[in-house]
Amino acid sequence: MKKILYAAALAAGLGATGVLAAGAVQAQTPPGVLVVGQIAEPKSLDPHAVTAVNDFRILMNVYDGLVRYKDGTLEVEPSLAESWTISDDGTTYTFDLRDGVTFHDGSALTAEAVKFNFDRMLDENHPFHDTGPFPLSFFFSAIDSVTAEDADTVTFKLKEPYAPFLSNLAYPTGLIVSPAAVKEHGKDFGRHPSGTGAFRFAEWESNAKVVVVRNEDYWEGAPSLEAIVFRPITDANTRVAEMLSGGIDMMVEVPPDSVATFGNDASYQVYEQAGPHVWFLIFNVKEGPLADKKVRQAVNYAINKKALVENVLQGTAEVAAGPTPPAFSWAYNDELDPYPYDPDKARDLIKAAGHEGAELTFYVTEGGSGMLDPVPMGAAIQADLAKVGLKVDIETYEWNTFLGKVNPGLEGKADMAEMAWMTNDPDTLPYLALRSEAWPDKGGFNSGYYSNPEVDKLLEAARSSTDQAERAKLYKEMQAIVHEDAPWAFIANWKQNAVTSAAVSNFSLQPSFFLILKDVTKG
Amino acid sequence: MLAYTVKRLVLAVPVLLGLTVIVFLIMAMIPGDPATAILGSYATPENVERLNRQLGLDRSLVEQYFVWLGNLLQGDFGRSYNLNRPVIDEVLERFSATLILAGASLLLCSIFGLIAGVVSAVRQYGWTDKIVTFFVLVGISVPSFWLGLLLVLAFAVTWRLFPASGMFAIYGGGDLPDLLHHLVLPAITLAVVATGVIARLTRAAMLEVLRQDYIRTARAKGVSERRVIYRHAFKAALVNVIPVIGVQAGFVLGGAVYIETVFQWPGIGRMLVTAISTRDLLLVQGGVLVVAASYVLFNLLTDLLQHLVDPRLRS
Repeated sequence: MKKILYAAALAAGLGATGVLAAGAVQAQTPPGVLVVGQIAEPKSLDPHAVTAVNDFRILMNVYDGLVRYKDGTLEVEPSLAESWTISDDGTTYTFDLRDGVTFHDGSALTAEAVKFNFDRMLDENHPFHDTGPFPLSFFFSAIDSVTAEDADTVTFKLKEPYAPFLSNLAYPTGLIVSPAAVKEHGKDFGRHPSGTGAFRFAEWESNAKVVVVRNEDYWEGAPSLEAIVFRPITDANTRVAEMLSGGIDMMVEVPPDSVATFGNDASYQVYEQAGPHVWFLIFNVKEGPLADKKVRQAVNYAINKKALVENVLQGTAEVAAGPTPPAFSWAYNDELDPYPYDPDKARDLIKAAGHEGAELTFYVTEGGSGMLDPVPMGAAIQADLAKVGLKVDIETYEWNTFLGKVNPGLEGKADMAEMAWMTNDPDTLPYLALRSEAWPDKGGFNSGYYSNPEVDKLLEAARSSTDQAERAKLYKEMQAIVHEDAPWAFIANWKQNAVTSAAVSNFSLQPSFFLILKDVTKG
Repeated sequence: MLAYTVKRLVLAVPVLLGLTVIVFLIMAMIPGDPATAILGSYATPENVERLNRQLGLDRSLVEQYFVWLGNLLQGDFGRSYNLNRPVIDEVLERFSATLILAGASLLLCSIFGLIAGVVSAVRQYGWTDKIVTFFVLVGISVPSFWLGLLLVLAFAVTWRLFPASGMFAIYGGGDLPDLLHHLVLPAITLAVVATGVIARLTRAAMLEVLRQDYIRTARAKGVSERRVIYRHAFKAALVNVIPVIGVQAGFVLGGAVYIETVFQWPGIGRMLVTAISTRDLLLVQGGVLVVAASYVLFNLLTDLLQHLVDPRLRS
């Protein structure tokens, strides 16, 4: 009897293994359906309620804004708005909406619908303001009022001229949602999204997938893909394993170690695109050795940025020359070169300033949005500075703690800190982090207390001008001054990457770091 | 027995309440707040204050705690500000995923641990014992997340026998065979360490029992060796092994955090890690409460099971 039982158990065990392995011929992803490996579970599919690039990657395919970035650039072009006019004083923007566009739920895109979108975000008394919070609504804090002139014309009145307004409209926070769907689902709109985009929302299975399907009625023509499945896979190694085992067709944020593996294999295609990102060190210019411009320049000379980018970051970034990333091609001053690696010159400058052997406290973070590899970067920088006789003490903090220490200002705490920003307009970073009016006590991010009246004047003028050529000239001038003053050490501009299987074509990464999939084909 | 059970359950209430206070305090004490985590680079004092107000975090700590507790007593766990959905939906969904994974591992490690331990003890110092002991040592020493990656490399990437991650197939699937197919690699990975521990302790317990006088008496009476081992010795050894399995259940639940990350298993461990790093207080509270309650229940179950197996405890 016992023997029979043993035999039965053994047979059952073997049988089960057989069945499991028989499902074995691992299902490849279905044709016409693109499976994308994302880095995290989305927080919400309400574009006004989210802040993460990870969520934007889905949203940009489900919604449209009034304007959008032209393919491959950070310049705006018409989208839901066919055209627009700006008043001479730069405070009134009038948009002419595209005819015959409907939301996925069947309701029509009207001027009233556009007004609803911005009122919901900005007006605390709006009946649907409680469907928020809307953390990035300050992108539109310049708006005084939104008026629906007629069914197809909407006017934005600004409190003061604000040049980044158009590029903020192209940002995901400016995407237009269906008022009917917000009214129907209230606080749960983020799980029942409805927009006008190339793909319609179909299904969200928590922690497993978000599925969007082709919008046959898309105003620009239906996309070729039947559906896209976004899978959250937080661990980078697991994402790589899924790509190698055929479980996904596309992955974003490929670890540097794996880029070469994919690049050498004809079954895969690697994409890279530099974006509006800058990785830098904030210097405390208020006190200590770094109050002296010579020492700040010396640190810029002493850091071997090329080695950092090639060895620590393994080619996933490029050396930065100044405060503005080259991705803003129209506003970038290409006459500026990065500070060359020159330890001798650094030593001379430190000697001239009388700060030989100075000790510096350096805040390093363990990781965080856009921070790349902050700990090894910090250690390499420490070693470079030791070579020119500066003793650097590193203090490492978890990201939230780090922000809590750096954002209120470095005074009395540290001489320098790592930082990285990703923005959508050349105005944002310098305006928030380099002006005298942006010192921490005034609510800005100028944690190192840099102050140069000339820079202040240029930034204010660039913000209120609506002429792009004029703005470009002002930004270029600002970059030259900041480059010379060196309130930061300019280190790197991150290149975003992605890998697709060879079956995927017509794909390109955007400098905005958004993932635009409407033209992608698979097969 | 019933009175004992009820007493244990009543005692668990203050434990769980105390736990929620501690979690609440820790979450309040660690630097950073949800608004800063959500806003990231854009966390100006002004924006943080506005968002905190919208999230209801501008109230005092004590007030926040009692609001939470009041809602909890009415069955309302609150809403996760990060996931934009009710905490209870998320926690139950994720916890059942963890239970499936942990349950499967516990089953695997109990079966294989007990078998290996008994075989090893019976063949003490023989070749079988040496081989089993070798594998047990390796099993205990291997870091499980690393083993997980190796298994993925072999069975998912190279041979494509099992999926690399997830709980169900992205298209089709969703049935039991699909779940089992996805469960194999993570369950084995999670079971390896616990199997080793259980095997070692079973071996030790068996050896001790086998030296007892009543075993010699049984053999002298002419009872068959198989009956001596399984009826007389194993049952006695089991009494000492059950509490170990109970403790291992706790380790399996804890270890699930790594394994869930490696295999992208949508369990509660990974949920808690994310919730803590985004300072999603209500989600952390809900998750910890459910995990702690299950732990308390499991300990109780272990004790009850021991009572059942060991007549000496029943008096």
